[in-house]
Amino acid sequence: MTSRKLEIIAEPGKTSFTTKRIVDAPRDLVFDAFTKCEHLKRWMGPRSLTMASCETDLRVGGRYRFVFRTPDGHDVGFSGEFKEIVRPERVVRTFVYEPIPGAEALETLELEESGGTTIIRTTTVHRSVENRDGHVNSGMEAGMTEGYARLEELLAGLLQKR
Amino acid sequence: MATVDSDLNATFGALADPTRRAILARLAKGHASVLELAEPFDMSQPAISKHLKVLERAGLIARGRDAQRRPCHLEPRRLKQAADWLGTYRQFWEESFSRLDDYLHELQTKEKTRDVKKTRNHRRTR
Repeated sequence: MTSRKLEIIAEPGKTSFTTKRIVDAPRDLVFDAFTKCEHLKRWMGPRSLTMASCETDLRVGGRYRFVFRTPDGHDVGFSGEFKEIVRPERVVRTFVYEPIPGAEALETLELEESGGTTIIRTTTVHRSVENRDGHVNSGMEAGMTEGYARLEELLAGLLQKR
Repeated sequence: MATVDSDLNATFGALADPTRRAILARLAKGHASVLELAEPFDMSQPAISKHLKVLERAGLIARGRDAQRRPCHLEPRRLKQAADWLGTYRQFWEESFSRLDDYLHELQTKEKTRDVKKTRNHRRTR
């Protein structure tokens, strides 16, 4: 039985984090599911949100934009530009969570077929980190990744104690 | 808006260091001075002060006005903001993938049905 758990992996010393998830479908289909709006609209996002609009121009330099609508009617957009497309194994794109326009990240989606299942890996590199002059000077080289990795456990404890 | 971003970046950057995480864990138990914070670490007071500055800039701690001691204490608001962000990220993708499982299953079932129909039609024409 394959693992259906979403793994969020962070390597110390890097400004990135990766996720890994296995699905029971061939790679071609998974690639389409990740890149075509007719599919994306059917699964992307939690059930509480509806995808109000979806645009993808799947070519290098092309843009994509997803808008999610919250139950109380607020729209939240995610958008970016495709940087690299290797069908059906790899997509590199920039990613901006529109409410926080400065936080552009670079996302790599990699699909690996393995005996009828597909291993989905994403790597998210937060590029804006390095340029935050003055905000965090020393220690930044350690990367914020470890921060992500340890944050949950640390916070769970800290917030409970308050 | 951009401040939220730099806030979060600063928060995650500050949390990347093990000493700073240990300092936060200590402050979760209550206020402490630089001296008290430096005690468990094999570090000079200036080195600890440097870490405190990073934590303070990241909004994770605040320092008292008492010029002599300047006791540090935890600022839970920023921590919560960071936790919310990470929790949201995980929740978003966990739920998306669970929906994707169902959807991929649906697509593949459809495909199979179509294949069976095709074969049947093919037989009929023969």
